[in-house]
Parts: sequence; structure tokens; C-alpha cells
Amino acid sequence: MKDNIICVKGVSYEYTDADNKKQVLENFNLEIERGSFTVIIGHNGSGKSTLAKLLNGLYKPTKGDITVDGLSTLDTKNEFEIRRRVGLVFQNPDNQIVASVVEDDVAFGPENLGVEPAEIRTRVDEALKSVGMYDHRFESPHQLSGGQKQRVAIAGIIAMSPECIVLDEPTAMLDPKGRQEVMETLLRLNKELGITVVLITHFMEEAENANRAVVMNDGAIVLDDEPKKVFGEIVFLKKIGLAVPQTSELLYRLKQAGLNVSTDGISVEECAAQIAATLK
Amino acid sequence: MLDNITFGQFIDTHSVLHRLDPRIKIILLIAIIVFIFLAGNFISLGLIAVFCIALLINSKIPLKMYLKNLKVILPIVIFTAIINTFYVSTGTVLLDWWIFKITTDGIMRAVFMSSRVVLLILISSALTYTTTPNDLTDAIERLLSPLKLIGLGNLVHMLAMMITIALRFIPTLLEETGKIMNAQKARGASFTEGKLTEKIRALIPILVPLLISSIRRAYELAEAMECRCYNGGEGRTRMKQLRLRKNDFCAISICVLVCTATIILNIFF
Repeated sequence: MKDNIICVKGVSYEYTDADNKKQVLENFNLEIERGSFTVIIGHNGSGKSTLAKLLNGLYKPTKGDITVDGLSTLDTKNEFEIRRRVGLVFQNPDNQIVASVVEDDVAFGPENLGVEPAEIRTRVDEALKSVGMYDHRFESPHQLSGGQKQRVAIAGIIAMSPECIVLDEPTAMLDPKGRQEVMETLLRLNKELGITVVLITHFMEEAENANRAVVMNDGAIVLDDEPKKVFGEIVFLKKIGLAVPQTSELLYRLKQAGLNVSTDGISVEECAAQIAATLK
Repeated sequence: MLDNITFGQFIDTHSVLHRLDPRIKIILLIAIIVFIFLAGNFISLGLIAVFCIALLINSKIPLKMYLKNLKVILPIVIFTAIINTFYVSTGTVLLDWWIFKITTDGIMRAVFMSSRVVLLILISSALTYTTTPNDLTDAIERLLSPLKLIGLGNLVHMLAMMITIALRFIPTLLEETGKIMNAQKARGASFTEGKLTEKIRALIPILVPLLISSIRRAYELAEAMECRCYNGGEGRTRMKQLRLRKNDFCAISICVLVCTATIILNIFF
């Protein structure tokens, strides 16, 4: 049996603002395996941000149940334990940094948990090293670049020693360099520290190194498989308005043009290898 | 225009004053201020003045920076001097015209009172120049912690948290204001021309978006804080612990000596 850290069972969620109700998720099911790297892809309004906030109990499902390590998010008594286990990183790094010194901000989470001061010190130093921001620990957040700020925000979650990190479009406001920094950090945290990563994004390329890619459309899962296989479904992905990686697009067009090439290759190297194999 | 606003007044020169415990610095500042006002004659005030100047030299902050702060307060110093000059009518009369009467005692008193104000400003600047805003907030929170005993602990914590967040967001909001102003300028808005009323009206298209975005930021920040298990001051620990060291005890001893000397000088002269 799989060891699942998060189980989403038959969840529905509806917003009620002013006088109109809006159903965002309906009878939604998802399991996240411990230690995995899952990417959830969907365009704006597909319900993916709502899902992120449901996973750590910030929002409560209208119907159904979500459990984290067997603890239900519906029970307010579990709130603290769930948030300690599942850390959430948001899109805008500026709006999640609390203190005006990097190391003070990273210490904010463990301070809230009531960890011993000496232990906080070690956790903060380790968290900053793991995201490669240790040299910037005395700086002020506003002096950092977007990618650096987002890494500080990630360190702030790591210092709480969570089992799982959920990131809601962490790269949407970053330039390509910042995006790469964040992606590399996440991969390293997943491989070296064994932290479960759930990355929610609308950049398909970010699924390249994940174990699993889940595609959402209109509050429901439409594809759920290994990234390579998911990207093979180019016609379908285009139909629901998602931009496929250029490499997948290239392989797909070559195939349509009559070349006998396999379409599962996402990175530039894999793509080149596929084409080379066919041309031999 | 917005780039040169330095935030806080902290200047790092790694002096002895910088390394003192911020709590001790605040308490000693209050003590010194009290004794500046307790000093009743030129000799006791002179002693405190010498002590303050010694502190300023010790801070290694350029004199220019202190003078900058004095310049701001200059109108108040002059006002104090003028009021006091005319307030006292004893002593040798130097000038007597209509209702104005300037006497030697009046001038002495004016000098005395304005020296007090000047010292007050100099010594307070020494605190803000040598202590980061974060350390100050932290020290205030810890100094007010006895209020927990009468059930105001969370209030103190919230106050400190509000100051921390305000300090954190000043540069962010300044940057945003700059962006909004540039966006308005690009559409032909002018903030420097026209009558005063026109200038004020031109600020509305800046303030409205700034306010809306601040509210949105506040909402997001609150969610992010909740995600990091923030639950008020209850059960919270702190990474940085303040501990009194040898230097702090030295500072306390010196201050106590100076203050005692002030009282003695007050009595004997």
C-alpha cells in the first residue's frame, strides 16, 4: 500500500461572496504520496489555488474531507499540527515575509511553534543553507531579488521542519533566472531532505523533473500520470487552453509531418535524443 | 525622489554603544533625560553635558549626523530661548523697551533651557543611531513584558508585531508608490506644477491604488502568517535572547555615578 501524506476525499468547495455562489471544486479526489514531487498544472480559474489553501486547512471543504497524516482539516484542534506538517508558500514573496532581517523572518515559524532558542538557531542556519541564502542572512528582504526572496520564504517554511511543502505558483512573479533558482531549490529539498513537494503552477515546463503531473480543468482532475505521458496528450492539453513545452510541441509536429518519432521527451536533451534516434 | 529616503536612522560603526543591550540603552536614555531636567544649575547640567558629549564621541557617528538632527529642532530651541528671555525679569537690566525687558538672569535662563533641549535631542539621536529599529522594537516588547502580569501581555506583543510589520513594509510601499507615480506620469499626470489645490488633487490617483494594494497585501500577509502557525504571543519563543554582559553593567555603573554626582552638585551649588 502506498504511504500517502495527504488524502483528499470527495471534496467540494464553493465560494460565497455577496450574493452569488461559485462552485470551485466538485467531488475532488487526490492522494499525495510521502516523499514524492507532484506538479499540479491548470490555467487560471481551474481551482488550483483553492486546492492549495484546502491542503493545510486554511480553507475548509464544504463537503468531503482532507486528511494530513490521518488528521482531518475539518477539526480546528488539528490546525496547528497540520500547518506544522504542511507548509504553504504563496505567489508573491513580498507579502509573506514578516521581519526586516532575513534570519529573523526564517525564525518566525519556529518561534511560533515554541521551539527552544538554541534549536531555532540551528534550524534557521540549516534552512538558509538548504536554499542557498545563508550568506544573505543579515540582509533586509527588500534588497534581495524576487528569486532570492522566494527562497527566503521557502526557508521560512523549511525551518518549521514540515513533511510537505505546497507551493502556489511560486514562480509566477519571477524572471527566468529566479524561476530556475526556485526550481533547483525545490528539487534539492525533495531529493536530499526527502520533503514531499506539491508544486502548483501554470508553467508546464516545471513538471519536467517531477514524479507526477496532475492536470486540472474546471475544478476537476483531467490527467494524472508521469509528466512524459501527460505531455504526450498534446491535442487534449491544447484543447483545455494549456501551453505545452516547446520540446513536446516540436516532437508532436514532427510526428504529424510524418516522422516516426516518440513524443515522450520534455527536456531539451531528451528531445534531441529522440530526434537523433529517429534520424539514425 | 523616493530613493533617498533612508529608513530608520541606524548607522553601523561597530562602537561600544552599538554592542550594548538595547534594553539597557533605553532605560539609561530615560534616566539621563530625567537627570537633564533634574539638573538645577549650570555646574550639574555641565556634568551631564560632558557625559553626553563623551557618549556621542564614543558612538563614532560623524558629528555632521548629530547636527543634522539639531537643525530640525532649531526652531523649538530658538522659541524656548526667546520665551525664557522675557519670562525672567530679575537681574541687571540690559534693555528696556515698551513691554520687552531683557535682563542678565533672563539670558542665563534662556541659555540653560535651550541647552537642556539640545542635550535631549543629542542623546536621543545617539540611541537611534546606534540601535537598529528591530532591536528597539524587541527591547520595548521585553521591557513592557511585566504588563503580562495584569493581563496586557498580548497587547504588548501585538503592538511590537505591528511595529515590526510596519518597519518591514516601509521600503516595499515606498517602491510601490514610486511605481504608481511613474505610471501616472506616463499618462501625463504632473505632481510638481499647478496650484496647491491642484497638487493635492494629483495625489488622489496615487493614494487610492496604494491603499487598495496595501489592504490586499495585509490580507495575503495574514494568510501567510497563519500558515506559519502564528497564533499571537502565547507560547511563542524567541531565537535571539538578550543577555546582559560586562559592558552593560559598566554602562549602568557609569550612569549611576553620573546621576549621583548630578544630585550632589545640585545640593552644594
